Amino acid sequence: METKYFTISVYSENNVGLLNRISGIFLKRHINIESLNVSKSEIKDVSKFTIVVFTTEDWTRKIVQQIEKQVEVIKAYYHEDDEIIFQDTALFKIASHLLFDERQIQNIIKASHAQIVTVSRDFFVLAKTGRRHEIEDMYHQLEPYGIMQFVRSGRIAVSKEAMPIRELLAEIEEKQHL
Amino acid sequence: MEVVNSKQTQGAAQTPKGMKISGAEALIHCLLAEGVDLIYGYPGGAIMPVYDELYKFQDRLTHILTRHEQGATHAAQGYARVSGKVGVAMATSGPGATNLVTGLADAQIDSTPMVCITGQVPRHLLGSDAFQETDIVGISTPVTKWNYQITKASEIPEIIAKAFYIARSGRPGPVLVDITKNAQFDALDFDYTPCTSVRSYHPLPVATEESVEAAASLINRAKKPFIIFGQGVILGEAEEELEAFVEKSGIPAAWTILGHSALSSDHPLNVGMVGMHGNYGPNVLTNECDVLIAIGMRFDDRVTGNLDTYAKQAKIIHLEIDPAEIDKNVKVDVALLGDSKDSLARLLPKIEAKSHPQWLKEFEEKHQIEYKQIIERDLYPTKEGLTMGEVVRGINEASGEKAVIVSDVGQHQMIACRYARFKQSKSNITSGGLGTMGFALPAAIGAQMGAPERPVVAVIGDGGYQMTIQELGVIYQHQLPVKIVVLNNDFLGMVRQWQQLFFDKRYASTVMVNPDFVKIAEGYQIKARRVEKREDLNDAIAEMMASEEPYFLEVRVEKEDNVFPMIPSGASVSDIRLS
Repeated sequence: METKYFTISVYSENNVGLLNRISGIFLKRHINIESLNVSKSEIKDVSKFTIVVFTTEDWTRKIVQQIEKQVEVIKAYYHEDDEIIFQDTALFKIASHLLFDERQIQNIIKASHAQIVTVSRDFFVLAKTGRRHEIEDMYHQLEPYGIMQFVRSGRIAVSKEAMPIRELLAEIEEKQHL
Repeated sequence: MEVVNSKQTQGAAQTPKGMKISGAEALIHCLLAEGVDLIYGYPGGAIMPVYDELYKFQDRLTHILTRHEQGATHAAQGYARVSGKVGVAMATSGPGATNLVTGLADAQIDSTPMVCITGQVPRHLLGSDAFQETDIVGISTPVTKWNYQITKASEIPEIIAKAFYIARSGRPGPVLVDITKNAQFDALDFDYTPCTSVRSYHPLPVATEESVEAAASLINRAKKPFIIFGQGVILGEAEEELEAFVEKSGIPAAWTILGHSALSSDHPLNVGMVGMHGNYGPNVLTNECDVLIAIGMRFDDRVTGNLDTYAKQAKIIHLEIDPAEIDKNVKVDVALLGDSKDSLARLLPKIEAKSHPQWLKEFEEKHQIEYKQIIERDLYPTKEGLTMGEVVRGINEASGEKAVIVSDVGQHQMIACRYARFKQSKSNITSGGLGTMGFALPAAIGAQMGAPERPVVAVIGDGGYQMTIQELGVIYQHQLPVKIVVLNNDFLGMVRQWQQLFFDKRYASTVMVNPDFVKIAEGYQIKARRVEKREDLNDAIAEMMASEEPYFLEVRVEKEDNVFPMIPSGASVSDIRLS
């Protein structure tokens, strides 16, 4: 079966132990997590995990089933790249003198639509939000000049189709009051 | 004679609502409110406030001091499995808590409802590597259905209610609640409301009407339908529905070891056991049926053998409560996602009354082959050495097939599961998924206390017996009329069998030099007998079954007998070996 990137979105209660429980599901099956992001979601008191894996759809489906099985998980979905809008963010810390010594750097900044977050006497910081390959391209362009520090966030994604958690929770609440 | 204290008069349902009490006392009231009257456990520093309350409530809540925390978990499991109630085990922090891990893992994989309560160092010491501090919530996460650390007394009622609800609902499982010592000491305003729902947790899916229709249609068109049922029938209390379904449809039905006893052994459509050491017919014919109806079972690898060659010719219908089990190991054609009782009851009116005499004849023919080559020699041996099979047959006969049989892990377990016959459900207690040696003796304690009116026979090998042998102390102390049968071949028999068959008889570390088991039992004041000859066997079993006290029976069996049939690891069910 074909391996590719899948983005798993998990809506859950905000619970301390849940990250451990979810990461254990991957660990047990030797599935590497390509990236992981945990944040609040569009619903109050509901957390959202965005997990990227590179594996087969079969494994992804089984993992999603195991994730959903956890008591504190409200619902989990998985999507292929063309079903979501997704972005990564990266920060580049670069020596300030290069801005003046290396004309090409200014061109890279312009072409990449990166933001200059801060400039100080010693260094400046670029923030680049975009697809993974755009960030990789920028990295490779800047690398010859020397990158003092680099960091990239996990993927964050929203799906094109609805993930109707609000409706699901309303339905559950209604059932509980019956 | 008995002094009735003020607490006793409150009654289990009445809890001191609105009163300021300690976290430890609150825990006891929670347990009572959940209908708990029996706890297995072991005290220690971080759980002492709770034990102090247990002392005060001992007239309403019995605590059994097992001799090791692992024993407490298996006893709680045995109790749960035989009674259908939630088993409760308790331990202190650190080593007390880590000793629960095997039992938690066992309960997790065998879907046994259990709540484990552990003490923990006070909140202000958490993370400081304090004395007997261990991150039991972290450690137990992969082997619990849910777990939680309570650090404030006020959390106790809600969390304990949630723990019991999660442990027993849907697909049952173990829950661990860790309570810091400060939360046990601190006061709270007590108010207990049983938990009836958790918004992120949906334990009871209901099979769709379409899935029921689709299943019925497949079943009605089937020429060679076959049922495999598992523990889901027992956990769902769907025994009557299963029997009605089997009888109306006329479909031969086989069981996994955890499903054993859900259908009476003498039912004409009960065709026996599937899996690695299961019966010949049901294994081979799995690969010849046209519709396979899997009820409350999870296609464990010990059941299926090689998945690439498992029932490929058949349409598969899966009645299952846990969505994560659907398509996990075997891709199914129709999934009835719901409680087995409900799914079976809805399927029943939609299926046609039928019989399949030709198809049943195939099972009968296969049975005859297995009977001649294996079963007859196991149950009615003519060679000198005693067989495990004849001992199990003796227990069947002496108990009228009414005993609860608790087996350990290994050759004797397979023999016990193959040959034990049951008329009543919840009778076969064994460690199926995890294969935990040492399970049987403590589990038999729990089974005896969960079903005090029934004879409980623990069938154990000489290896597994010595893993939890210290629990004889509990049997002695409480004079539990558990019947302990050790089938002693001075070997770790199943590993030895594999070494013989697959490792050229290199018996690495499987030879046991055993102590005098009779003397050990006698050391615990337990009536004990050893049998070495066939002519003494029936008398000894009869004496044991008649005993109203604890009884230990060691049977010296043939040293190098093998369990057959056998599906070698990784082979197909149709490649099952008869020798």
